[in-house]
Amino acid sequence: MANKISDETIEYVGILAKLELSEEEKEQAKSDMETMLDYIDTLNELDTEGIEPMSHVFPIHNVFREDTVENGDDHEAMLSNAPQQKEQSYKVPKTFA
Amino acid sequence: MDILSMTALELGRKIKAKEITVKEAVEACLKQIDKVEDKVNSFVTIDREKAFNRAEEVQRGIEDGTYTGPLAGVPVAIKDNMCTKGMLTTCSSRILENFNPTYTAEAVLNLEKAGAVIIGKTNMDEFAMGSTTETSYYGETKNPWNLEHVPGGSSGGSCAAVAAMEVPYALGSDTGGSIRQPSSYCGVVGIKPTYGTVSRYGLIAYGSSLDQIGPIARDVSDCAAILETIASHDVKDSTSMERTDTDFTSVLVNDVKGMRIGIPQDYFSEGLDPEVAEPILEAAKVLEEAGASVERFDLGLVTYAIPAYYVIASAEASSNLARFDGVKYGYRTADYEELHGMYKKTRSEGFGPEVKRRIMLGSFVLSSGYYDAYYLKALKTKALIKKAFDQAFTKYDMILAPAAPTTAPKLGSSLSDPLKMYLGDIYTISVNLAGLPGISIPVGRDSKGLPVGMQLIGDCFQEKKLFRAAYTYECLTQKKWISDYDKTQTAGKEEA
Repeated sequence: MANKISDETIEYVGILAKLELSEEEKEQAKSDMETMLDYIDTLNELDTEGIEPMSHVFPIHNVFREDTVENGDDHEAMLSNAPQQKEQSYKVPKTFA
Repeated sequence: MDILSMTALELGRKIKAKEITVKEAVEACLKQIDKVEDKVNSFVTIDREKAFNRAEEVQRGIEDGTYTGPLAGVPVAIKDNMCTKGMLTTCSSRILENFNPTYTAEAVLNLEKAGAVIIGKTNMDEFAMGSTTETSYYGETKNPWNLEHVPGGSSGGSCAAVAAMEVPYALGSDTGGSIRQPSSYCGVVGIKPTYGTVSRYGLIAYGSSLDQIGPIARDVSDCAAILETIASHDVKDSTSMERTDTDFTSVLVNDVKGMRIGIPQDYFSEGLDPEVAEPILEAAKVLEEAGASVERFDLGLVTYAIPAYYVIASAEASSNLARFDGVKYGYRTADYEELHGMYKKTRSEGFGPEVKRRIMLGSFVLSSGYYDAYYLKALKTKALIKKAFDQAFTKYDMILAPAAPTTAPKLGSSLSDPLKMYLGDIYTISVNLAGLPGISIPVGRDSKGLPVGMQLIGDCFQEKKLFRAAYTYECLTQKKWISDYDKTQTAGKEEA
């Protein structure tokens, strides 16, 4: 079964992935994804009826703790990594039109 | 014996005995870096000033009894996906070109508590996605054994730095083979521990359910000592395991009598270069002659590991890399108008092609309508693969395998066909899916003089068996294949 990725699908994936692709990149992405999906489809040869999906190899549980502050105030240092800051906050472009 | 040719433990002993100062050790590494770095390009960041200041601090600490461990004063290089407070951490990506972490990864912190001196941060495939270290934004790393070849990846910088004797040891990370494959290509020893053994806190995530940090060094004893140091239960990593059996150096004995070793027939079939197969089977014979039982068996499901891995790893990557949006840290595009446009442009300019490819694939397999068919199918395949390993480990103490189907490929020959590059991960990837420990040790060279590595795979929490077998092999072969700087091309003296 050969996978065919439509223009709409690659557009949608671009939105999900928050990536802006040039026309050339879109065509490349389509062909790359088709190749990979064809390959991934080989998994369909496996009978997985009744098999539980395994997300972790060990049984792991949520780890809870008291909601107390344990780290210091790294405010300054953290903000210094921001591309833009204003009044002790991260500066972002207009969010609402 | 000069400083560069010492293992980390040997150097640590000399420092402890006051025969060598920490400063001298740091100087020796930096001198070597000056000599070879423009050829090899193992590092993204080298911080001389910090290294010298730290050397002074550690020297005092050794003298006043603060640092008593075997690695105190020994220089180390850290893969650039582990956060180091106040030292640039780029993940070899443009999007983190100016990122200065406000905290240090737990594994690195454990090394610092043991008196390690960080020399710098090593090059890698961008966000650890790749098998050659060619997807780095900061230029490719070259294989010290032959500068026309890749060092492997994604921990290619760490492995090359150790092979080129720029540092005695380094930390790497392994999501689908990223410690074991470059260790094999560079003729060094590297181990990926059981999932959960080393804290992932401060490791910039790629595939969280698969990522593990591990040591890369010039021999098995070093690796055991380093892993002993970095392994810890950490409440800041909710997948971290509480283990009481991390005294790995206690099992370094020359003895494999009674060990049961299985060789998967399906690993030694088509696709494996005979020049790789031969030295590995030779090494198996060495262990057999020392009293281990060696038997061939069918592991099964081998070809399904790669597609399952790329679904799972890409899915996790698409989620993990959503945080890089040009707001809190890293790169932000120069021109933008509104928020979403800024996100998209920042990410499109900040990520390289391989990273984009995986984010898109991951977004797709997680999207509604495809989630069951791809993502859940991959997780079910993972369950089957785990079961196949469980079955094998009822019969064997360990599995003996190649680390990669070939020796290091030539620079520029891998990236044009991503699928072909992914197929090179066939012997390492299932180990991550099943959470198992795997070690790669050098066992020979091909006709071009490039190193060949053998992989030993253990059941969960059975690193000790791997260390014992690898150590035994090393003893029986007098460390014949251990990286030897004089023989690498970097030194200008090719092996005869």
